[in-house]
Amino acid sequence: MVSAAQKIAPVEDMASRRAWDVAAAVPDPEVPCVTVADLGILREVTVKDGTAIARLTPTYSGCPAVLAIEMAVEAALLGAGFEVKIERVISPPWTTDWITPEGQEKLRAYGIAPPSGGENSKRALFGETTVSCPRCGSIETEKMSEFGSTACKALYRCKSCLEPFDYFKCI
Amino acid sequence: MPADVRPADVRPVDARPAEIRTLETPPGDALFQMMLRVGDDHLVMGHRISEWCGHAPMLEEDLALPNIALDLIGQARGLLTYAGELEDKGRSEDDLAYFRTDRQYRNCLLVERPNGDFGQTMLKTLYFSAFMEPWWRAACASPDETLAGIAGKAVKEAAYHVRHSAEWVIRLGDGTEESASRMAAAVAALHGYTPELFEVDDVVASLVARGVVPDPEALRADWQRTIDGVFAEALLEVPHVPYPRTGGRQGMHGEELGHMLAQMQALPRQMPGQAW
Repeated sequence: MVSAAQKIAPVEDMASRRAWDVAAAVPDPEVPCVTVADLGILREVTVKDGTAIARLTPTYSGCPAVLAIEMAVEAALLGAGFEVKIERVISPPWTTDWITPEGQEKLRAYGIAPPSGGENSKRALFGETTVSCPRCGSIETEKMSEFGSTACKALYRCKSCLEPFDYFKCI
Repeated sequence: MPADVRPADVRPVDARPAEIRTLETPPGDALFQMMLRVGDDHLVMGHRISEWCGHAPMLEEDLALPNIALDLIGQARGLLTYAGELEDKGRSEDDLAYFRTDRQYRNCLLVERPNGDFGQTMLKTLYFSAFMEPWWRAACASPDETLAGIAGKAVKEAAYHVRHSAEWVIRLGDGTEESASRMAAAVAALHGYTPELFEVDDVVASLVARGVVPDPEALRADWQRTIDGVFAEALLEVPHVPYPRTGGRQGMHGEELGHMLAQMQALPRQMPGQAW
């Protein structure tokens, strides 16, 4: 699997690196334990003539957090003294493979099971995925609902420790 | 028979004044027309499903249905924004969504049908997403980069919608006597609207010839396989459709679409440009 760090364009100059660091630290509004860089939705930040151009990608077509994320990144970069331009990129599409290994660990520690395995776009009617409980690690879990509290999550329950938990869906 | 079943081939006469009728969307570019159609399909389908918010039969479904609606409306936003760019008259996604009348909408009739009971909504979602999932999959290879980009996201969302709705159709079809009879009634009410998904006219044909959008005929086997497989498990019969219900692509809709748009468009029409 190609890691997100390899897929994201390398940052060339100092100003761009500083802008990247500022934008990368912005937390996701719905899952604040991870940053936009951890999730892989911040694709690139380049600075040209004092203007930071941040390229972001939505997780889901209808993700209501897209605008909030763009505004937060804009505010962070403005605060760091840059003029800002936000670009929304939809291609190549975001998949859960863009979540960094660090992001996956942060999700688990927060109580959200990170996506298991690689991206899974194949339709599998009643296809089963093994999801381990983020609290006790048991794989004796069951899906309660394909759709959880946000579009990107499904609702699971651990049959060992009996706790319900969110699972970050694999797309 | 549910009260909302009415023959769609009894078409209303357009009795509006000529100056209103001339506001119809002009033919224009084929890709603009196509993006408008697919965008309208998703907007209307998404709005219909959003009507379940707060009314679903259980908490999990009250989360699932608005999530599905969000996916569909998100897809509609991408498509309608692109339609506006292709048209090049400065119309935004909101202009297209809120300031067209029912006769200017180009969605297929299936998606505008009122929700009916939960089983009927699930069946409608299955019919539609089982068509869109292979459509998006094929559209990922479109030489049109914007369409391919929208498709790259949508294909995975549609796959989820197929799976979710298929599970419910099976559970309810092969369920209690009551749920089975309701699912059979849902099939009787909706199946006649499915042939319109495969309709080919000049707009579709010209784009298919250029390889820009998928050929609906090439998706038929895929769709049929999904429906046959689900119906076999759900103990439902695939009915023969002697008279397909069509007309949506020409703006000939059932009156229910007008009611839906009246609700959806009320705020921006009363306060154009309002923002918060």
